[in-house]
Parts: sequence; C-alpha cells; structure tokens
Amino acid sequence: MKGLKWRAILVAVVLLAAVVYLLPSLGVSLPAWWHGTLPDEKIHLGLDLQGGMHLVLEVQAEEAVKTTLDRLIDELKETLRKEKIGFRVVERNPAGHLVIQLPDGSRRDRLREVLDKEFPILEWAEAMETPDGFRVVCRMKEKEAAHIRQLAVSQALETIRNRIDQFGVSEPDIRPQGENRILIQLPGIKDPKRALDLIGKTAVLEFRLVAEGVDPRTDAAALPAGVKIYPMRRFDPNTGRTIEAKIALKDRTLLTGEYITNANVRIDSQYNTPYVALEFDPQGARIFERITGENVKKQLAIVLDGVVYSAPVIQEKISGGRASITGSFTMEEARDLAIVLRAGALPAPVVILEERTVGPSLGADSIRKGFLSMVVGSVAVVLFMVLYYRFSGIVADVALILNVLLIMAGLAAFQATLTLPGIAGIILTIGMAVDANVLIFERIREEMRAGKTPKAALDAGYSRATLTILDANITTLIAALVMFQFGTGPVKGFAVTLSIGIVASLFTAIVVTRLIFDYLFIERRMRTLSI
Amino acid sequence: MEFIRPDININFVGMRMKAIALSGLLILLGIVAIIWRGGLNMGVDFSGGTLIQVKFSETTTPDAIRDALKELGIGRSAIQQVGAASDNEYIIRSDISEEKAKRVSDDIQARLDQAFGPGKSTILRVEMVGPKVGHDLRQKALLAIYYALLFIALYISGRFELKWGTSGVMAAALLLGVYLLGLTGLSMTYLIIAALAITLVLCWILKLPYALGAVVALIHDVFITVGLFALLNKEFNLTIVAALLTIVGYSLNDTIIVYDRIRENLRASRKSDLKELINRSINQTLSRTLLTSGTTLVVVIFLFVLGGTVIHDFAFALLVGIVVGTYSSIFVASPLLIVFEEWSKSGVKRRA
Repeated sequence: MKGLKWRAILVAVVLLAAVVYLLPSLGVSLPAWWHGTLPDEKIHLGLDLQGGMHLVLEVQAEEAVKTTLDRLIDELKETLRKEKIGFRVVERNPAGHLVIQLPDGSRRDRLREVLDKEFPILEWAEAMETPDGFRVVCRMKEKEAAHIRQLAVSQALETIRNRIDQFGVSEPDIRPQGENRILIQLPGIKDPKRALDLIGKTAVLEFRLVAEGVDPRTDAAALPAGVKIYPMRRFDPNTGRTIEAKIALKDRTLLTGEYITNANVRIDSQYNTPYVALEFDPQGARIFERITGENVKKQLAIVLDGVVYSAPVIQEKISGGRASITGSFTMEEARDLAIVLRAGALPAPVVILEERTVGPSLGADSIRKGFLSMVVGSVAVVLFMVLYYRFSGIVADVALILNVLLIMAGLAAFQATLTLPGIAGIILTIGMAVDANVLIFERIREEMRAGKTPKAALDAGYSRATLTILDANITTLIAALVMFQFGTGPVKGFAVTLSIGIVASLFTAIVVTRLIFDYLFIERRMRTLSI
Repeated sequence: MEFIRPDININFVGMRMKAIALSGLLILLGIVAIIWRGGLNMGVDFSGGTLIQVKFSETTTPDAIRDALKELGIGRSAIQQVGAASDNEYIIRSDISEEKAKRVSDDIQARLDQAFGPGKSTILRVEMVGPKVGHDLRQKALLAIYYALLFIALYISGRFELKWGTSGVMAAALLLGVYLLGLTGLSMTYLIIAALAITLVLCWILKLPYALGAVVALIHDVFITVGLFALLNKEFNLTIVAALLTIVGYSLNDTIIVYDRIRENLRASRKSDLKELINRSINQTLSRTLLTSGTTLVVVIFLFVLGGTVIHDFAFALLVGIVVGTYSSIFVASPLLIVFEEWSKSGVKRRA
C-alpha cells in the first residue's frame, strides 16, 4: 500500500521522540552532551504521590490598610499640634475610618486645608456637630487603599518565599492566586505543623514598656488610659512547663521589628537554653539606645504577635544595637523564630483557606498500589487480547505498550504532573486503548464472514471503524478537556493523562497496528489473518 | 475465540418496556435515597471541613477514637475504618475548618497522642477546605458539568444528525436560555437541571432523535451512579465529579457504536421495519459493545480492588458508570429511537 515507508518513518520518529523525552525520568545516567541540547525534564510527581503540603492562604489585606491608618494617627496628632488645631480624640473606628473629635466646629476649614495639603491619601467623608463638639470622619482614598492591599499581598508573598527558602524545602512552589490568595506547594515536607507555624506567623515584633503598678487581673474597663492586658508565655524552670500568664503593657510601641537586620539562635551558657539574638540597623540601634537610656530600671516587654515573650528589667543604657529574646523555646522554635524575624513580618495576617497534606508513607503507598493495579490490569488486558484475537491480539498488545510509553513521554514533554488520579487515568486509557482495536477487529471478522479476503477485510475494517472510533473518543476527550479547565490538582492530573492517553491511543491503535498489518501483508506477503 | 456468536439474535427491542421500568425504578430509588439522606453526602471539597486519615500502630475501635476526640465534637459517624482491617487506618471527618493559622489536625493529633500514647497514631493525610474554597470548588464543579454537557450536546447533535447548523442553533438556544435563567438569580444546581431540560426539549423540537436518545442515556447513567452514591452514603467530592464526567464521555462510546450501525443499516435498506432494524443493529454490535466495556471494566476492577483507599470511591464510580453505561447503550438509547418514532410520527426512518 502506498505511503508505507512514510508511515513507518512517522512512527519511528514519534517513538524516538518518546524515548528521548522519557530517558531522563528513568534514572539512567545520561552523557554530558545530553544536558542542554536534549530534553532534560523528569516526570513531575504530584504532592499526593511524593507527599507534601498544598496550601492556599488568604492575605487579610484590609488589615494592612488599618495598620497604615494606625500609623498615620501619631503623625496626624503631631501635625494638628503644630498647626494649633485643638482636638479631643483622633482614632480609627472598627470600620476602618479615621475619626477626629474637635472641641467645636470653628477650625473645621483649617483642618480640611491641613488634611488636603499634608495627608493627600485621606479624603473627607463627613463632618457633623455632636453634643460634645464637632466630629470629622475621614477615610483613605480607594485608590490608595487598593494600592496598599496590592502591596500587602506581594510583600506577603515575598516574605513567605524568604521564610520557606530559609527553612529549607526543595523545589517549593509559591505563587499568587487571584487577588489576595497565595498558593504554596511544599513537596516532601516532614513536619507540616512546623512549616505552617513558620508560614502563618505574622511576626510583628514590638517593644513596649510594662505598666508598673497595674494589676494584670484588673477588669478591662477599670484599666488606666493607654494600658492594655497582654497574654504572656512564661517558662517555669521548676516544673519545666510553659505557663500562660497576663501582663499589663503601655499602648505606645517604642520600637518594632522592622529595624532588625539579623537574628540568630544562640545558646545561653548558664542554663543551656536557646535564645534569639537580634541586631538592629543604625536607626534602630539609636532608638534602642534612647529608650533603654530613658527607662533604666523599668521593665521592657518584647511582644510577638500580641503575646509577650519576655519582659526583662533594663539594667543600663544599651548601645550597639543588640538585643535578645529569651523565653521558653525549644531549639526548633528558636530557629524558626530567628527565620521569621530575619525574613520580616507579614504586612497583614494570613488565614489558611485550604490545606491538603499527604504524608510521604501514604504517597509511596499510593504509587505502589497505583502501579500494581496498572501492571495487573495491563497484564489482564494483554492476555485477553492474545487469547481472543490470537496473532492480531499480539499486534494490538504491541500498540498498547507503545501507548503507555507515549503517555509517559507526553507527561514529561508537557511538564505535566502525575497524580494518583493521573495513574488511574493511565489505567483507564489502557482499558480504552484496546477498544479501538476491538472495534476494528470485530469489523474485520464481520467482513471476513461476509466472504472478503483477509486483505480486503482488513482494509474495510479499518476504513469503516475509524470514524466510529474517532467519534467515540472525541466525547471522552471533550469531558477530559472540560475537567482540565475547571479541575484542580489531582483532577487536573487525571484530565491530562486521560487526554494524552486518548490521543496517543488513537495513534497507536489505528496508525501503528495498521502499519504492522500492512507491512506483513505487503512486504511479507502474508495471506491469512489470525484474528 | 468468540464469546458471542455472530448470528445472535436477542429481542432487546421487545424488552424495552421492561428496561424502561427497570431504569425508572433505579432512578426513583436514587432520588428517594437522596431525599432520605437529606441530600448528597458532600465531602470536604464542597461542604468545607477537615478530613484526616490516621494510621494506628495497634488495633483500636471507632468508639475508642470517638472517646479520645469527644471534646472536639466529632461524632461516631464521622469516624470510618478504611482499607484492610489489619491496616488500622481510619478516616476522621470534622466540620470545623477554621480559617486561621491553627489546625484542627493538630488538635486531633494532640488528643490521639494523649489517649493512645505518643507515636501510636500517625496522620497520613489532611484535607482542610475552608468555606470560601469549598464554595469556589462547588462552583467550579458545577461549571465543569455544565460545560461538559453543553459541548457534548453540541457535538452529538451535530455529529449524530450530521447537521452542524442545527447543532449551532441548539448551542445558541442553550446558552441563551441558561443566560436568561441566570439573570433571575437561580442557583447553579437549578441552572444545570434547567440546561438539561432545555437540551431535551430542543432535541425534541428540532427533531434530533439520536441526540435525544444519547442525552437521555447519559443523564440516565449519571443519575443512577449519583443515586447509588446516595444510597451507600458515599462521599461526593471533586474526584467523583471527574469520574462522572468520564462516565459521560465514555458511556457515549457504546451508544455511538450502536447508532452508527443503525444509520449504516438504514442506508442499506430503507424498507425494513424500524424495530427489527434497530434490534438487528444492537445484536450486530453486541459483541463489540460488551468487549470494549469489558476490557475497560477489567482494568477498573483492578483499580478498585488494588488501588488503595485514596482512589477507592473514584474507581467505584467508574465501575458503576461503565456497567450502567453499557446497559443504557443497549436497553435505553436505542429503544428510545422507537419511542420517539411512535410518539412523534415524524419518522426517524425518513430523516436518517
């Protein structure tokens, strides 16, 4: 038949390409010239197979806007004092608006002028007389707020990437998803709890003075102005346990973690316990020197994410920009704390929207069971085809083996991820790949029963069955493509192997088997057909 | 070798009323099961919550686990043994999916350590889906079902009837109908049911008997599979939706094979009786219908038996879908052509 040579070349080229793409995944050592010139990528295993953690975090970007407003308050008060505009209160309300309480409305126009000039990111929302004076409500301009939100997400992404890099995970995948989500994939992680603590910690470090003479058990309403109660983690050396206590702190933050340039774990030589040593940049060092000089003999609390870790008494002015956080740490906790302090605080807290963690043992188990069912299923199908169609069955089996080869090569070539449902997809394809040959062979048998010669029956079988086969596969392909579009992770893996499998099976079951039969009938002058 | 003799002649068409009754009964059973269970047993993917697979080093009982986790409010029904009895593996479900940095799985591990001793239990797998992502995944799954339905309806109405113009009209009407209904704020689930109804009505109005038969057959397959899931109280999650879509694609294969043969026979002899012709077509293709489904079924059975706990339900859905799909190709899809012919009198025969 015409074109036999060309079809043979086509099949040979496809096979060669498949082998080239597949070799890196087989773990054989490749010569040096291979790397850089030929495909070098291995088949990528999904987290459900190699074990690991999949996380979707949401950055509470609105919190970053609120934090910005809070920082603005001090600055605003300063400006109002300078401009001699008397005020009672400047505060942020829970809705995220800035409320300025004036004694009366006489300076409202001046206030507006000052705000427009000095605080262009704010806009005047409303102003009204109240029984005790005059109230002005400002809010952040939406454009500015959107910018802050966007910045918060990108900074959070960068910070988390830094933390994970320092934590040491091979091939982490960290990427933004949608407006304010971050997708994190950590393959092969052994201690998911620790990884999550590290990633999710906001890590806002603050230094505040302890409010002396205030009983931490005081009711919130009875506290003096500018004082709040904080939880405190204290290590009791006698019992060896961490106890939750309470402590009263002044509201004013003297210094924050943003001036930290380095943080390291040290071991206290006296008690042999780990602590975290901090280094400040020159500006931070100056501030630290000033606050320690001004507050000698007072207690300075070190607050991380709203929890007090230690509150040592300042013995003397500390210059040189060094401080340390002692507390009840294990070595791991101290190491992780040092990492988050070095990598910096998240601009806004994050929450976990989705977590999928697979332990390495289950992953390995899934691979083993997946491949076992694949091998057993394939052997069953291969045997059946030989028993039922004899020699023609062997031809179909050759095509089937090539099909599995092509699917694997396709996974490597498209850099797709092999997941457990993906293995199921391959298994399903093995069952479906022989369908095409069954249709062709049944048709050939029918034509032979009608009295056609083997060669004529073969031609009729292929030409009549092909369209039906295409149709039948296109509907499955449509379903697979839709799954690929809307599926996530494992389902996508299934869609990929199913799609590649369908296309590959059309090639092997129609083109390759036909080539083998044509070769036998034309070149080898075969006269009978064992089917 | 031959399982089915070439001259086989079973009167499938004659059994169509019994088949319709059986199918109707199965679908009804599924609907009753869904109502009885108060809806499908939505997995954490869709309902939100936490799923944890734990392996114990020593034999234990669900009651012991429940006692250990009592304070977390995890009931008896949320603890289920999986795999072989000797594996000591359990799946624990919790509705809690607090969207903060604290994990339900840590609480569970801590309490299991307390009750069974440290190191006696190992968490193999955690799946936590918060309400927001659960909502997103639900939407995605429904959209996937909708688009799969749209494209497949489009393809079969074009391909089976060989009238791509009609298929275009069909797609446009379907898109428009769903768009208009979408404006009324109906939820996605109802939109999909509406889309199904629109598809069926369009097939009827546009006189597309083959497309009608194929769509009814695939609705039939999916309904029975879903109904069985409800009956067995199996969990419905993203991978099950993937299995359903695969069933939709695959169960059409057999239907296409039979329909192609019916059309081929119609072209050859225009005079013969439609019932007899359809029955002959089914019998002629019976061997390949059973063989193709059979080979696929064999590998899926191995996947079901050997594939492990994670893939078990997925394989089960495929298993059921393939069996029901083969049954519907023989007993539902083709006899429907006769039903259509009898009802409409427009004639499948004249148009084919």
